[in-house]
Amino acid sequence: MAKIIVVTSGKGGVGKTTTAASFAAGLAMRGHKTVVIDFDVGLRNLDLIMGCERRVVFDFINVISGEANLKQALIRDKRHDNLYILAASQTRDKDALNQEGVERTLNKLAEDFEYIICDSPAGIEAGAIMAMYYADEALVVTNPEVSSVRDSDRVLGMLSSKTKRAVEGGEPIKEHLVVTRYAPSRVGKGEMLSLEDVNDILGIPLLGVIPESEKVLNASNSGMPVAMEDNADAGQAYLDMVARFLGENRPMRFTQPKKKFLDRLMGR
Amino acid sequence: MGWLDVFRNNDKKSSAQTAKERLQVVVAHRRTGGGDHPAYFPQLQQDLLAVLRKYVQVGDDAVQMEIEREGDLEVLELNITLPEDAKH
Repeated sequence: MAKIIVVTSGKGGVGKTTTAASFAAGLAMRGHKTVVIDFDVGLRNLDLIMGCERRVVFDFINVISGEANLKQALIRDKRHDNLYILAASQTRDKDALNQEGVERTLNKLAEDFEYIICDSPAGIEAGAIMAMYYADEALVVTNPEVSSVRDSDRVLGMLSSKTKRAVEGGEPIKEHLVVTRYAPSRVGKGEMLSLEDVNDILGIPLLGVIPESEKVLNASNSGMPVAMEDNADAGQAYLDMVARFLGENRPMRFTQPKKKFLDRLMGR
Repeated sequence: MGWLDVFRNNDKKSSAQTAKERLQVVVAHRRTGGGDHPAYFPQLQQDLLAVLRKYVQVGDDAVQMEIEREGDLEVLELNITLPEDAKH
């Protein structure tokens, strides 16, 4: 049975697409056949982060409207055979996504894939609801910052009221917290909400912590999900997160400030 | 904590602490009232329950409250359910 996982946040710019790309890449690297879908119709970006922007011929909307079939629209990643991308349309708007078409496409994908990752647009409008509607599980991407945490809480409210599982009274969506752009040194100085703070406020289990890292921009510059990058702290954190998702026990890394020479000397 | 902390001002609340407290208020508000209700709703509900319990044994969900809006008019609708054995 395929699992549908939405990557959502409410607030924009917190790392949804980065997370969706690296999560999907990590699952594929672990041998699971995975497709990642861009639900951000009109503002497509996943193709850039995945490095396949020049290979997009047909997109999700073409599939929904019947102008192309899934085979034509799915782009196979050149680095990992198990990884596929379904791009969003650049020219249409979010009204082009209709529930019936989305359901039909997801059902078809479910015949072939183990994991279907839905990269949600920002906001809480139709596009975001559509991305979460059929989900079995949700990654709620949150920065340790007031507006992002509040928006994540709002999204949690929608996951428990606006989705198929909520409407039809099924088992609730399994929610996971993913804290991104975490800066342990600033947490140490009391300038940033800590993991425990964010966790306390939102009250859902923590799946992963991704450190603030220059490697993320470097990776997106070159169209490579950061999880595929060797020796990238953020990439390692994403791979840990994937392992945890698959049921392994991994300690949270990159959550303590790097000790400076002087601090070590003084025993701090 | 090192000995240098003696020279730091520890009385001041950190900005992260302030952020946490502010967030706890807004999140609790959304979760109890659906965000639509006035901030005093949860407290009013608790107070009403306390008054009721002076006279009858009632459960935590005995007091249901809704705000109805009709034009300029706001109506507070109270629905209090008494247990079966409270009747005389």
